[in-house]
Amino acid sequence: MPDSIVVIRGGTVVDATGSRRADVLIRDDRIVAVESAVDPPGGATVLDAGGCIVAPGLVDLHAHLRQPGAEQAETVESGSRAAALGGYTAVVAMPNTNPAIDSAAVVREVQELAVTALCDVRVAGAITVGRKGEALSPLGEMADLGVKLFTDDGTGVQDSRLMRRALEYASALGVTLAQHCEDLSLAAGGQMNEGAWSSRLGLPGAPAQAEEVMLARDLALLRVTAGMGARMHFQHLSTEGSMDMVRAARAEGLPVTAEAAPHHFTLTDERVQSYDPVFKVNPPLRSARDVEAVKVALRAGTLDAIATDHAPHPQEDKERPFDQAAPGMVGLETALALAITELDLPIEQVLALMSWQPARIAGLEATQGNSFIEGSSANVCIFNAHETWLVDAATLASRSKNTPYDGMKLTGRVRHTVYEGEIVVKDAEAQR
Amino acid sequence: MVGNLLSVADLGAEGIEEVMAVTDSFVEVSERAIPKVPTLRGKTVVSLFYEDSTRTRLSFEAAAKRLSADTMNFAVSSSSVSKGESLRDTVQTIEAMGVDALIVRHCSAGVPWQISSWVDASVINAGDGWHEHPTQALLDCYTVRGKRGSLEGLRIAIVGDVKHSRVARSNVLAFALLGAEITLVAPPTLLPPSLDGWPVTVSHRIDDVLPKCDIVYLLRMQSERQSEALLPSLREYTARYGLTRARADLLQDDALVMHPGPMNRGVEIAADVAEFPCSVITRQVANGVAVRMAVLFLLLGASPNA
Repeated sequence: MPDSIVVIRGGTVVDATGSRRADVLIRDDRIVAVESAVDPPGGATVLDAGGCIVAPGLVDLHAHLRQPGAEQAETVESGSRAAALGGYTAVVAMPNTNPAIDSAAVVREVQELAVTALCDVRVAGAITVGRKGEALSPLGEMADLGVKLFTDDGTGVQDSRLMRRALEYASALGVTLAQHCEDLSLAAGGQMNEGAWSSRLGLPGAPAQAEEVMLARDLALLRVTAGMGARMHFQHLSTEGSMDMVRAARAEGLPVTAEAAPHHFTLTDERVQSYDPVFKVNPPLRSARDVEAVKVALRAGTLDAIATDHAPHPQEDKERPFDQAAPGMVGLETALALAITELDLPIEQVLALMSWQPARIAGLEATQGNSFIEGSSANVCIFNAHETWLVDAATLASRSKNTPYDGMKLTGRVRHTVYEGEIVVKDAEAQR
Repeated sequence: MVGNLLSVADLGAEGIEEVMAVTDSFVEVSERAIPKVPTLRGKTVVSLFYEDSTRTRLSFEAAAKRLSADTMNFAVSSSSVSKGESLRDTVQTIEAMGVDALIVRHCSAGVPWQISSWVDASVINAGDGWHEHPTQALLDCYTVRGKRGSLEGLRIAIVGDVKHSRVARSNVLAFALLGAEITLVAPPTLLPPSLDGWPVTVSHRIDDVLPKCDIVYLLRMQSERQSEALLPSLREYTARYGLTRARADLLQDDALVMHPGPMNRGVEIAADVAEFPCSVITRQVANGVAVRMAVLFLLLGASPNA
């Protein structure tokens, strides 16, 4: 049984309604009181939140949990543990597994694995069968199982007619299509961002336009399908041009949301000069100008969410020649600290980008990102926004250790995480 | 020179001058009846070539043997690499046998850097992907110096597929460090996507450049470039950028023609032009051995147990 009564004492509560000093009383999976001082009832577990922010649990729209098929890299359990340590109470698992999550059967398999996870693991379904971009997946049967987000992530839907049909078909299901924007003919062979660094380092580049061409196409397709109810979410946008397009699309009133990954507002393509494949990721680390544009877009509300694109890979897939190494970085355990350290934003805005806004995009607003009022779900993240810590790849809870931040000092540390009333992380330690 | 030779940039102008000064003495050795000195006796040098090569591999082997080092050749096709052994395991296995230097050629940019982080032996970059080929640049500098005394102020045109060329990247660095003025001559599709920070000017008209250069350095044009939509055809490349017999007449009397080899006669260079007195292409190959002796000596000869 989870702790049935929990008191979060001494913290500052921050949610979509603002911030105030308050204690929080949780009974089973519900918040039952938010008051300036709560006397712990008998049998209550007290979580010390002195000097900490008490916030709705974080929600990650973009995590690769690798199950089924690549359990050596990550599992739903290990990924959810990493998520909980990072302050997340919900993650959306990407469908580029093996087999791909493109049918009710695979959705059910992951949903069953999620039952014992340390956070709410939701499934994103593939838009096309096998993520091959050739035929529509059974979006309806997956939507019937609660799938709300569909994407071929790992690749984008290349065929424009198929993408249009997917938008039309999905509009009747009330689901969101998410796109990994990458025109494969432009990106072909690209190992890093195309630019001054790729030119010097002699590595084939993937140009910003590979992302922007598909984003522009999808916005055009949305103009003809939005009237039917279609909507889109754009994943891990990374270029200045993409930021401009999303800003314009919003001004135009198109039903779009968009996310950026922490590495795209913290690291530039200059890092690749070490040829360490830990810096290889897709979309690639971009120029300093792009990084600045992503920061500006996060601050200005052009982007709705910070999403990790947590992409675990075992050492044997990373420790290879740069152009043969797997792209991707783990991110669940460092995202909040990076946002606090690098974005220079009020904490309310960081949390909007990491909790209640992504909760809405994922269709999880009933239980995630809730404000602290009596009766709301007890999904809570408690963190010290001033505590500094050293990232140590070896101690990550993820099965894979491919973090580009190893040895870096970050500010902002998750102390406790409460998922459906259960203390899953206490004093920065996973409880199971 | 300490440790490794990965990039021309690690050497700097002084480092290049040092290699050339040492090369002078090894040229003298190469001209002896028995061109062999005991300098590296007891040292073991391994060639680790993940990509086909004739001249570079043989040149390093000759250099090591003339210095009396023990040499071993690692043939990727008949090794455990074909059984799926990782690069790291392979190099650490080789190092465990006791080697002093690894000469590395790999089709992936950056591999020599990765290897140098895994082993204590000296690592010499013998060509990594499109990135660098520092000993080629050194032997080219040595060849020019032999003909013209110095590179200071020389106008050098590098013509061809700069984008995919490790020779071009190393030579731009080396020529610029020694004070030459560099013009890249290529169609826009065969230039790197960005030349920010490159000490070069660019031209798309070889006929304008040839009369004004001291050295024309031709790069190898690979036929694959046609299939990648980078060129309409090799025929058009030759017509617009090839050093044809007619274009050779545009060169100044004392201009030099260079090529890293292997040449595609009839594509980037006309067959007869390659044989002209102004062509120093075989001189480049001959100097290659002495320059690589100098590199091996500077990396291995000065260590305490020499």
